[in-house]
Amino acid sequence: MSRSSGWAREAIAVFAKDWLVELRTRVALGAVVLFAFTSVVASGFALEPPSGVPAEVKASLLWVILFFAAVAGLSRVFVVEEETRTADALRLTVSPAGVFVGKLAFNTVLMCLLCAVTVPLYLLLLEAPVRHWNLFVVVVVLGSMALACATTAVGAIVAKATTRGALFGVLAFPVALPPLLVAIHATKAAWVSENGWRVATGDLQVLTGFMLVIVPASLLVFEHIWSE
Amino acid sequence: MSWQIVLRRVGKVYDERPVLWDISAKVTAPGAWTILGPNGSGKSTLLKLIAGLLTPTDGEVVYLHNGERLTAQQRRQAVGMVAPDMALYRPLTALENLRFFARARGLPVQDNDLLSLLEQVQLRAQAHDPIATFSTGMVQRLKVLTALVHRPPVLLLDEPGSNLDEAGMGFVRHIIREQMKDGIVIVATNDTREMDYGEPLIRLGA
Repeated sequence: MSRSSGWAREAIAVFAKDWLVELRTRVALGAVVLFAFTSVVASGFALEPPSGVPAEVKASLLWVILFFAAVAGLSRVFVVEEETRTADALRLTVSPAGVFVGKLAFNTVLMCLLCAVTVPLYLLLLEAPVRHWNLFVVVVVLGSMALACATTAVGAIVAKATTRGALFGVLAFPVALPPLLVAIHATKAAWVSENGWRVATGDLQVLTGFMLVIVPASLLVFEHIWSE
Repeated sequence: MSWQIVLRRVGKVYDERPVLWDISAKVTAPGAWTILGPNGSGKSTLLKLIAGLLTPTDGEVVYLHNGERLTAQQRRQAVGMVAPDMALYRPLTALENLRFFARARGLPVQDNDLLSLLEQVQLRAQAHDPIATFSTGMVQRLKVLTALVHRPPVLLLDEPGSNLDEAGMGFVRHIIREQMKDGIVIVATNDTREMDYGEPLIRLGA
């Protein structure tokens, strides 16, 4: 049998395999959706009346919910390979780049699905005043992609550590905080600013730049961590 | 085409505790060799070092093909390995597992090809069953198949007969005989039934 080569092909295989496993087990989907759904509904009932809550508080709460939902589900994508003892078979078959990109793609799609379920419900229950819908959609897409990149990067780094729970918290804080703060600011701009696009342009550039830096950097680190 | 694996003064230290030290050996295809030693002597660690799953603390493991040194990527394509702590994806079926390992290696296989391979290890009827429902022997046969799906010149087996009955042991013997015709087989074991699988290469102490 002849063979094609390349990490893109490997990444596609890892992505497809991870989705197949996820659809059978629903471990990440269950953790992510349950956390997000419960948090949104609880916030909707607790903040009564929602019209009295400032927009910046609503924007912060939305991204805090998305962040912790991401941590609950997305960070385990590498750990699960170690815990189920499939990591060695994967190491022997797929290059580190193929593994990382495949799992990053899986987490990004999972995060986008989470947003597709959570954000409309949040807007409905908390009566978020969206003025610039196009901008808001762009912010949610870029922000969720940045969070997926951050949690994938940190999850990859801590996967082989014995104290991975504590290490994840220590590493996730500085890595995820910048995109989180920027996404909150851009969301507020999309909701209440008259010149939303002008106010949020810098934020969108920061989110894009964050992803362009964090993905290659974590890929370089991952090659060393994954191989030992 | 000649394949060679050379171990040059290989050592491995875990948490400041030396597990292996000063191991040197050379194997050239075709043939089968054994790494012998009691539990805890470092057989599995040595096999993982040969596979490239671990990096030696000292020395090096070199793969040569027609005298040319292989890269890490080329070594991954050259090696197939079966070990007790190398699991397959339990929620997936036998066919899905095999399909993943074949496609990740870039093999242009169709499901019919994979079903034929499953037929060869008497797993055709269970092709669509999750391997979580498989017996130990069935999982072992599937592990061997996934290790050989890309026809690697080097096959590494860590205690291949563990938990296998006589029929399973016969299957392992057959695989080794086929592989050693033109490739390299290295078996790590402390089972007296497996010590005649190949020439003794390395004896490790406790």
